[in-house]
Amino acid sequence: MIKKIFFQLVFFNFFLLRDVFAAESGGMPQLNPEFWISQIFWLTLTFGTLYIILSKLILPKISANLELRKSQIQENIEAAEKQRKESEIKLKEYDEIILKSRLKANDIFKDSREKVIKDINIKKEALDKQIDEEIKKVEKEINQLKETSPEKINKIAIEISSDILKKLIGADVNNSSISAIVNDLLKRNGNKYYGN
Amino acid sequence: MAANPMTQFEVYRIGPEVKIGAFDISFTNASLFMVISTLAILLIFNLGSKKNTIIPNKIQLLAELSYTFVSKMISDTAGTKAKPYFSFIFSLFMFVLFCNMFGMIPYTFTVTSHIIVTFVLAAFIFISVTIIGFIKHGFGYLKLFVPSGVPVVLLPLIVIIEIISYLSRPISLSVRLFANMMAGHTMMKVFGGFVISLGIIGGWLPLTFSVALTGLEILVAFLQAYVFAILTCIYLNDALNLHH
Repeated sequence: MIKKIFFQLVFFNFFLLRDVFAAESGGMPQLNPEFWISQIFWLTLTFGTLYIILSKLILPKISANLELRKSQIQENIEAAEKQRKESEIKLKEYDEIILKSRLKANDIFKDSREKVIKDINIKKEALDKQIDEEIKKVEKEINQLKETSPEKINKIAIEISSDILKKLIGADVNNSSISAIVNDLLKRNGNKYYGN
Repeated sequence: MAANPMTQFEVYRIGPEVKIGAFDISFTNASLFMVISTLAILLIFNLGSKKNTIIPNKIQLLAELSYTFVSKMISDTAGTKAKPYFSFIFSLFMFVLFCNMFGMIPYTFTVTSHIIVTFVLAAFIFISVTIIGFIKHGFGYLKLFVPSGVPVVLLPLIVIIEIISYLSRPISLSVRLFANMMAGHTMMKVFGGFVISLGIIGGWLPLTFSVALTGLEILVAFLQAYVFAILTCIYLNDALNLHH
């Protein structure tokens, strides 16, 4: 505010000073009104021309250029964005496909493994059964053999004993006494010969 | 002693005397530099807007940077409503800037160092802004002189001060530009005169001052054009967006 009033005072002082300076040679040529009208006229003419040409011809062109560049850049950015999105989608699809196929492969692997394990198990069971049966059969036979063999051996032992005695003594020995001896020996040492 | 530092501001006729009625509208050195400035602006901006390339060349870049600079200045100070006045403020800024800058070339004439030129521009702005204000707001524009939140007792005083401040706008606007230009050029002339009068031995000091002042004056030339344009924007803002 004070500044403005100051300037105002300065301005009016110039008007007052004009008379003083006009008397001197030189002074302030700005305050010599001789060419004021001419300056106003030429200022109006040149500035008017400048304004009209700039506003009608040049500035719209610059504005259009700027707009065009802006829109072009915007378009390019948008296009780039679009392509980026597309590629992202593609990438996602690709990832999905890979994931799916991996899962599928896993499934297939699991299935086949299970199948194989099942097969193996079935076969194993069957084999086990067979083996069991075989073992049982063999055990039975062994048991039978075990049960029958002492009697046979007894018999053979008695026969051989009687034959040996016959050769040694030259007379028949009562079979029943020999069998009694053999049975007695068997009872005492049987475990040594047959295991069990 | 060197020549009078004020002689550089003298206006003289170039060519014959032209008169329309009682008015002398002869072509003078002032008119010459107005024409030169106008032609320079038109040349530069015509070249700058001629080709439309996505990657601008140097002159196109200059034109577009000036455009965005002024555009931003207007939108910052006066908002979007001031867009129709862009061309005017752009022309004003460029005209004042080029006149100031051409004045910095030795032996040229500084158009803006004449009070009548700056005053005509400022008065035109003042009258236009007042008319725009009254068109936009009717008599409500007078509310500009009544700031809100002022005690009633102080109101008459404030209103008078506001009116004086408003009416002194064209004067402050014109005198600011004119005085800056005149003072700068006078000072440069005085220092230039010292260089001559002090001779080969003592002249070096004022010469360095002269060089430094040239830089300063170029800064002032730009700054004053900017201030002139931005004050126009602020006045326009008052007329377009009544804030009081």
